[in-house]
Amino acid sequence: MLNVGKIEEGFVLDHIKAGKSLSIYHHLQLDKLDCTVAIIKNARSNKMGKKDILKVECDIDMLDLDVLAFIDHNITVNVIKDGEIVSKKDLMLPGEIKNVIRCKNPRCITSIEQELPHVFVLADEEKEIYRCKYCEEKYTGSF
Amino acid sequence: MRHLMSPLDFSTEELDRLFDLANDIEANMDKYAHTCAGKKLATCFYEPSTRTRLSFEAAMLNLGGSVIGFSDAGSSSASKGESVSDTIRVISCFADICAMRHPKEGAPMVAAGRSSIPVINAGDGGHQHPTQTLTDLLTIRSLKGRLDHFTIGLCGDLKFGRTVHSLINALVRYEGVKFIFISPRELMVPDYITDMLKERNIPYEEVIRLESIMPELDLLYMTRVQKERFFNEEDYVRLKDFYILDKAKMELARPDMLVLHPLPRVNEISVEVDDDPRASYFKQVQYGVYVRMALILTLLNIKTD
Repeated sequence: MLNVGKIEEGFVLDHIKAGKSLSIYHHLQLDKLDCTVAIIKNARSNKMGKKDILKVECDIDMLDLDVLAFIDHNITVNVIKDGEIVSKKDLMLPGEIKNVIRCKNPRCITSIEQELPHVFVLADEEKEIYRCKYCEEKYTGSF
Repeated sequence: MRHLMSPLDFSTEELDRLFDLANDIEANMDKYAHTCAGKKLATCFYEPSTRTRLSFEAAMLNLGGSVIGFSDAGSSSASKGESVSDTIRVISCFADICAMRHPKEGAPMVAAGRSSIPVINAGDGGHQHPTQTLTDLLTIRSLKGRLDHFTIGLCGDLKFGRTVHSLINALVRYEGVKFIFISPRELMVPDYITDMLKERNIPYEEVIRLESIMPELDLLYMTRVQKERFFNEEDYVRLKDFYILDKAKMELARPDMLVLHPLPRVNEISVEVDDDPRASYFKQVQYGVYVRMALILTLLNIKTD
């Protein structure tokens, strides 16, 4: 088993569906942060068989993790301080998602208006349905 | 400052006040003839819609205001590549209120976000056309005396017809409304609407033929069944007559059943029905002007008493 060292402060995102860590890396915009990130793919898991793990060494206020709930709310978020897990963050579906997913409706104003953010609003929490703020088209993509 | 993007932007109480004002306008046109003197309405129509534009313009002129605007994207800065956000900021310097029609869904909402004057959505693609729904509601309330406890039949293209979807969403807020959907199988109401009705325990029926349910209806809302919506010519020929309202079908209806239609009509209501006192679709056009007058006064916050 591959060993990746402890982090002092940051997050360990555990129980990521195998193969999804890179997409989460991009959605959290980790490529834009100057911090240490470990991407562990296909780690053995009793619960899931295989899973991905992301370790991010950063100030814990630096990341907005709400979008994770939209991507997969089964992900466990461990908050690390002084090398120890201090809490597990509960993921709540965000009320609004900005510039994470794009509206695919060709009739939507987002298809032509310059620099208009792509905003999706949580329309049904139970069914986890997001709709485009502008044209109300349901988001049907998957992560 | 308020805008109108969807018919649901107003609560039922606010709608009641709007419709009371529209009815007062209907009864006392002279009283309102100068209420918007010195005010300008900009009609920004990025696609042609003569009827809606003229209704807005007539409404503002009836209130003593003036109108500026454009009636297709080709004669606006959009043809030079200007964004909706920029256009509305410019228009805000020229006018006091704006009615916007745009082929892209959500365009008026983008405009409202950048505007310093009230924006009315005058139709955005297949998405919303709130002033049509307000027109429908005012017509029903004025001619029936209520917006609750009736059975409404909606007939024709119920799958793609945005006026129908919008009217259903507006009527579910009132008690005791039963819906009967009359359409060919290809053009039935979308699942998300029937799911919503089931969830809210609102009674509805889906039927193929108009005749069978005519005696049950307090209101019949007709829409066009377009040939191009059918998968094949054979089905179209077989079904099209089911959805043409004629004198014979009207004989099956109650003496006080109203017939509404958002217009334009092609052949789905036979001309012979026009003289029937229950045919209310041209009155509906007139109510469209009254409701737009009431809306302009409300959004401009002009007190009339």
